[in-house]
Order: sequence, then structure tokens, then C-alpha cells
Amino acid sequence: MSVQTRILPTRFGGASKGTAKRVDAGKGGKTVAQAAKAAGQSVVELRGIEKSFPGVRALQDVGFDLRAGEVHALMGENGAGKSTLMKIMTGVYQPDAGEILVDGKAVTLRDPQAAQALGISIIHQELFLMNHLSAAQNIFIGREPRRGFGIFVDEAKLKRDAAAIFRRMKVDIDPAAEVGAMTVARQQLVEIAKALSYDARVLVMDEPTSALNETEVEHLFAVIEDLKAHGVGIVYITHKMDEVKRIADRVTVMRDGQYIDTLPAASTPMSTIIQLMVGRELADQHRATGHGTTEEVLRVTGLNRGKAIRNVSLSLHRGEILGIAGLMGAGRTEVARAIFGADPIDSGEIHIHGKACRIGSPADAVARGIAYLSEDRKHFGLVTGMSVRDNVTMASWGRFMQGGFMQDAALGKVAEEYVRKLKVKTPHIHQETRLLSGGNQQKVVISKWLLRDCDILIFDEPTRGIDVGAKAEIYRLLEELAAQGKAVIVISSELPEVLRLSHRIAVMCEGRITGELDGRTATQEDIMTLATQRANAA
Amino acid sequence: MTDTTVDGAQGAKPGFLTTAALQKAVAFVVLVALLGFFSLFAPNFATGSNMVGIMQATAVNGVLGVAVTFVIISGGIDLSVGTMMTLTAVVAGIVLTNLGMPLPLGILAAIAAGAFMGAVSGFTIAELKIPPFIATLGMMQIARGLALVFSEAKPIYFNDTPSYQLLSPVSSISAIFPSIEIPNGVMIMFVVAILSSIVLTRTIVGRMIFALGSNEEAARLSGIKVNRWKILTYAICGGISGIAGLIVSSRLNSAQPALGLGYELDAIAAVVIGGTSLSGGRGTVTGTIIGAFIMSVLTNGLRVMGVQEEWKIVVTGVIIIVAVFIDIFLRKKS
Repeated sequence: MSVQTRILPTRFGGASKGTAKRVDAGKGGKTVAQAAKAAGQSVVELRGIEKSFPGVRALQDVGFDLRAGEVHALMGENGAGKSTLMKIMTGVYQPDAGEILVDGKAVTLRDPQAAQALGISIIHQELFLMNHLSAAQNIFIGREPRRGFGIFVDEAKLKRDAAAIFRRMKVDIDPAAEVGAMTVARQQLVEIAKALSYDARVLVMDEPTSALNETEVEHLFAVIEDLKAHGVGIVYITHKMDEVKRIADRVTVMRDGQYIDTLPAASTPMSTIIQLMVGRELADQHRATGHGTTEEVLRVTGLNRGKAIRNVSLSLHRGEILGIAGLMGAGRTEVARAIFGADPIDSGEIHIHGKACRIGSPADAVARGIAYLSEDRKHFGLVTGMSVRDNVTMASWGRFMQGGFMQDAALGKVAEEYVRKLKVKTPHIHQETRLLSGGNQQKVVISKWLLRDCDILIFDEPTRGIDVGAKAEIYRLLEELAAQGKAVIVISSELPEVLRLSHRIAVMCEGRITGELDGRTATQEDIMTLATQRANAA
Repeated sequence: MTDTTVDGAQGAKPGFLTTAALQKAVAFVVLVALLGFFSLFAPNFATGSNMVGIMQATAVNGVLGVAVTFVIISGGIDLSVGTMMTLTAVVAGIVLTNLGMPLPLGILAAIAAGAFMGAVSGFTIAELKIPPFIATLGMMQIARGLALVFSEAKPIYFNDTPSYQLLSPVSSISAIFPSIEIPNGVMIMFVVAILSSIVLTRTIVGRMIFALGSNEEAARLSGIKVNRWKILTYAICGGISGIAGLIVSSRLNSAQPALGLGYELDAIAAVVIGGTSLSGGRGTVTGTIIGAFIMSVLTNGLRVMGVQEEWKIVVTGVIIIVAVFIDIFLRKKS
């Protein structure tokens, strides 16, 4: 196999011109001088960056620098300007003022290609891959090796080159496999491979772990460590504090479009970082204290659906928050969707308020007071092009009709009421919901179901993509809902979140419920033990 | 790559049929079944001359189907292929009959006219951001109008260019193999299909077209000059429509300016029946050709059986819906 010695289009991937030493150093041990050079120097520096959009001053005199071989976490609440800054660094946006220096030289990044040519790549949160094409085809799209007068694609070389990059990344992906059929984690690795094929020296990752399970996260971190060792500088945008502690060397905090501070990741306490992000001290992470009533509102027995749900039984009480924990793919969302009537079940019984009922569709579920708030708000929860008022009221429009006409005044009044009650931050109720932040969008969706008189609320990843400050507010809101007598189910991948909220925790693994814990006393370790039980056994 | 392991549980399993291939196989089975059915129940169906007739009838729709396959895989649609075909036939008529130029120039002019008009559609879609449906709906009318204007709404005959017959009704291959009387128009269809298939699956152009249809934004962010490739896609579609224009006018020995409307729908139907996804990124030329054959076998078979002609239209409609249902069903399963 000639892969090891072939000339690859990537510095990371092999011995391309002038980089042989660096790669050798990475494989063996680096010389002191090389290590110092790799770790110390700024590859990219941003100075005094300004950017305004119509009506918004997105960035104000922001500075940022990235060294070779470091992981530099970029943190801040949603709307702090992280993404805008990174879009400027990767050529997607042009700054209104300020300088971009690559290797100490001022450059203009006219478009993403100009940035890529300088070795700066970004891996977006929503992956930008072509699902119908193979991994190899995706990696080299637009730069295919050719033969036959430059007309034909050299598929064999394409696959060989891709395989070589995967091998260097120590990942096991078939270059010929269609990307659309892969898991998100694997798609992400394909994106990373693509960036590396551009001879990437700077890699921006925007919340790369948001859709990964624990094992996949570990795998990703191993790849990141490896990149670091090869001198690639990584900007890591995240909301997850523990990840920053795990892999970041430095942390830069942004707030309201401004640069706040850059700190060493290891020695800075989490509370300091959070404090810098929100500009105020958050109360210590506390635990759920209360518990639900004894009045059972929902009972599920012997629920089965293919391999996704196996003999699941649950009960939920008035005033209770039940957490459903488990790794990605454990069947948590599937159970919620089955209860909500979104997917057909093979067998099982559902009792609501003690009465057996057949829920054949989401409409049945809603009629019985069950609401499901999907993790993907934009696709399933909100009509983003419609106003706050219309979104809040849309599940209850029937009530606001008179003689076939909508009672706009009444709609407005009730929308105002919920905006006030849930503290939705919006200039007015006619604002399109796509313009609201994630946290406020979530509140609009909650309002919709409250207005519809739903008393069983199932939240699937309620704080995904929501910043720290807004998270605390959503938590408070969920607690209030429970205190008011609603029955709440929270599905979450973040263990601290489950522990923070749940009175009771059901842990799932491979479609089964592997155990139930008291939310007041359970530990992260308890949950993880149950969540991996079946997997370990198998 | 012996040591590169197959992407296990999650990946597409090599060795299994992909959805597109499976659907193509289904279409092929349907075609064979139809041929079998009509051979059994329709007297005079399975005769050599009738088969030639079927092929003859498939040629134009097949070529137009191939043209529109390019655009549909790229995630667009082209409603103008039918009237574009007519316009290019008129252009050929003007060049050959009115101007008395030699045959190769006429052929070139027709294809070039189609490619140019296609590029114009592509420009309005790519640069002016007009949705393909609207842009090509406009182009459909523009082409129809121009065909009528240029020809003064009268047919242009090719009596002065006897060699024009070579493009469709004549069977050159029967000169070598007397038993095979396949008309040239059909041979042209097969050549166009084979070349198109190679372009789509093996060349850079094809790769770009699939990338556009699969995820245009991803393609753009990968540094691909999306607009340029999009314009080229529509130009190819227009150019191939020009070939269809030559075949149809050669067969009629005239450019009929009123013809063409409705051909685009048959072409799109052939594409869909052949398993190409209307949402882009997936599809094959072979499928389109099979789809075109299914349509003409149905027409012909029903006619031979003595079923009222118009029923064919109804059946075609049903087949389109069934084909798309099979597409959705297969994708759900996989």
C-alpha cells in the first residue's frame, strides 16, 4: 500500500512540500525549537474588528488571536458575536473596520476560499455536506483529481487520498460510503477531513459536540488532540464548560459584541468564566428539592416499537419533573414521540388521568393535554416566519374565531399576557419569531402549549443552543410549571441539567429503561452507570 | 484499500443496491412486464415494425428527458424544453431552407440556439435568483413566441435538404445489418443517453451537477462557482433540447412552429418514472430512458389493444404518482 509515502494535499495528512519535518516531528517527538515555534506563534490575529448589520452593532473593536497547536475556546452567550467574529475570520463576512493578520501579515479575506487558501477552515454547526455524494467526493468537491484531458474525475485517486486522510486522523470511515447514510458524528469527521485536505492550519469548530454522544465526543477529542500535536490551531466555540476544561488551552470570552477577556483555561474557575459571559454572578448550580404529588397523570406500560423502544413503562405525576437521561440513541426521543402519537407503536398502553387511551396522532395527544416540545424548534416548534402573537395562539385559534373571523384584538391580548408572564424578550408581539433568540423562541413555544391547556409537557433538550443566562430562566420556568401542577418530562443529554431539574430520573439504554433514580440524591456517576449498563453487557 | 474497513452499521452498505439503482431496477421490471403483457394480449404488438414504431416514438421524449435529467439532478426544473425543441427546429429550418446553408451548419445552429437559450434561463436563475419554475415558465413562452415569429407561424419544410432525413427516419445501421432497422433518430437518442450518462457519472461537470442538487450551500462554501455551473447545466439542457428539435423536424420533414407545448411534461414524467428525485442530487440517465420507453410502450400497447387513445394520458398520470410513491416508500425503508 502506497498511502504512507504518497504526496498528500494536506500538511496534516502527509509529506507535502516543505512540511515533511513537521509531520515527522508529530509522529516521533518534536524538537524543542519546533515545539516552541508551533505552540507559541500567532497564526491568526484579529485587531479592532468592527461589524454592523442594519440596526445592529454586532462587533465593536474586537481582538482575538490564535496560536499554532492550541485549542482556543470562544465563549459567550448567544448573540455575543462569536459566530460573526468567526465568519469574519473565515472570509464569510467582511469587517467594516479592523485588521486580519495571518502569520503576522495583514490579509483581506474576500471569500471563504481566500481563507481556505491560507489554511483557515470552519466546521459549521449545521454541517454543510452533500448527502448524496460519498465521503471522498465531499472532501475533494471542486478540487477533484482529474485525468483524461482534465475532464474525467480520477475516482481511484480520490478515494486513495481520502483514505489517507482518514488514516492519519485514525478514523475508520469508508471513503466510498454515502455521507447521507452516516451518523452526525461521522459526518463531522468527514468535514474535519475536508478541512485538513485544504492544508488547514486553523480550524474553527462551532459547537461540534452538540449532536454527539459521549463516546463520539471522546473520539472527537482524540482527533482534536492529534491535530494540536500537529500544530493546527483550533478555535472551539461551545457552551459546555466541562469541554473547555477538558481540551482548551485558552478561553476568550465575548459579551454583547465586545471582547471581554482571554484567560488560561486550566487555571480559571468555571464560575469566573460564566460570570464574565453573563456579566453577573449566577447562583450556584442547585438541585431539585421538591417532588411531585401522588396524583398520577400519565402511565405508560409495556411500550414497544421495533428496536427503538423495548418494554418501556413510566409514570408521571402532577407537579413532577421527570428526567429521562441516556446516551444519544438510547430511545429517549422515541419514547416521547410514541407518547405524543408522532410514531406508531407496536404494543403498549397509555393511561392519562387513569383512563386508558389510544393516541394515534399528535392531534389526539394534544386533545388530551399532552404537548411535545421538540429539540428542533425551528423545524417542529415554531413557524419562524410568523409573529410571536400568531405562534403563541396558533394551537388555540379555534377559540378565537367568531363567525369565521379571527378576533385579532383577543389574540393580541392573550399573546401580550404570555409574553409578560414568561418574560419573552421581544420588542412587540408582531415580531417574527425567527428574529428572537433561542431562549425566547423556546418561551414562545411553551406559551403556545400552555394556552392550549396542556398539562403534560414533554421537553426534548429544552436548552439546546440556548446560552447560559437564558438556560437559568428556562429552568426556573420549568420549575414554576411543575409548581403550578403541570406534569413535566425533561429529556436531556446534559447530566447537570437532568440533575438540576428532575425530581425523578429514568435512565434509558438501548430502548429500555435501565433504572430509576431519586433526583435529589442521584449523581452523574449513577446515571452514567445505568446509561451504559446494557452497552457494557453486550 | 484492502485495509480500509467498510463503514459498518451506519454507512451505506456497498454491494447493496442504492435507492436510485433499486428504483431504476423497478422501472426496468415494469417495462419488461408491460412488454410481456402487451405481447400476450395485444395482437400485432410484438412485431418488428411495431417495435421500431415504439422506438421511433420514444426518441424525441427520450432525448428531452435526458436534457431535463441534467437540470433535475442539479435541483432545478426546466419547463421550456418542449418549446425550446420547436424553436431550435425553426432555427434549423431558417438556416437550411431560408438561407440554404449546408446540413452541418443547420445542426450546429439548432444545438447552439438551444444551448444559448438554456444559458439565458440559467442566468436568470443563477444570477437574478428567479426560481427555476418561474424562469423556465417564462422561457417556455419566449421560445414558443420566437418560434412563431421567426417562422411567421408557418411550417418550414426541408425539401431542399434531402440529407436532413438522415437525422431521424433513415436507418443507416440497416445498411450494414439489414435485419436491424433501427432509425437514426433512435440511435441518436442512445448516443445522447450514453454520452450524458458518462458526463454525469464520470466527469467534473457531472460531479458539480450532483453537488448542486445535493446541497447547493455546501457546494458554494466549498469554493465552487455555483452560478457558473448552474448556467452550464441549463445550457446543456437547452443544447440537448436542440438535438430533440432536429430529430422531430427530421421525422416530420418540417419545422412545425405550433408544436412543442406539453412535451416538457412528458419529458419530466419520463425522468420521474425513471427514479430521478425531483428534489435533486439523485438520478440516472438510464432511468430516464427506461421511463420514456414505459410511456411509449403504454401508448402503443393500448392503441394496439384498441383502447381509446386518451386513456393513455390517464394511465401516464397514474404511473407518475405511483413512481413517486415508490421513491418515497423505498427511501423510508432505507
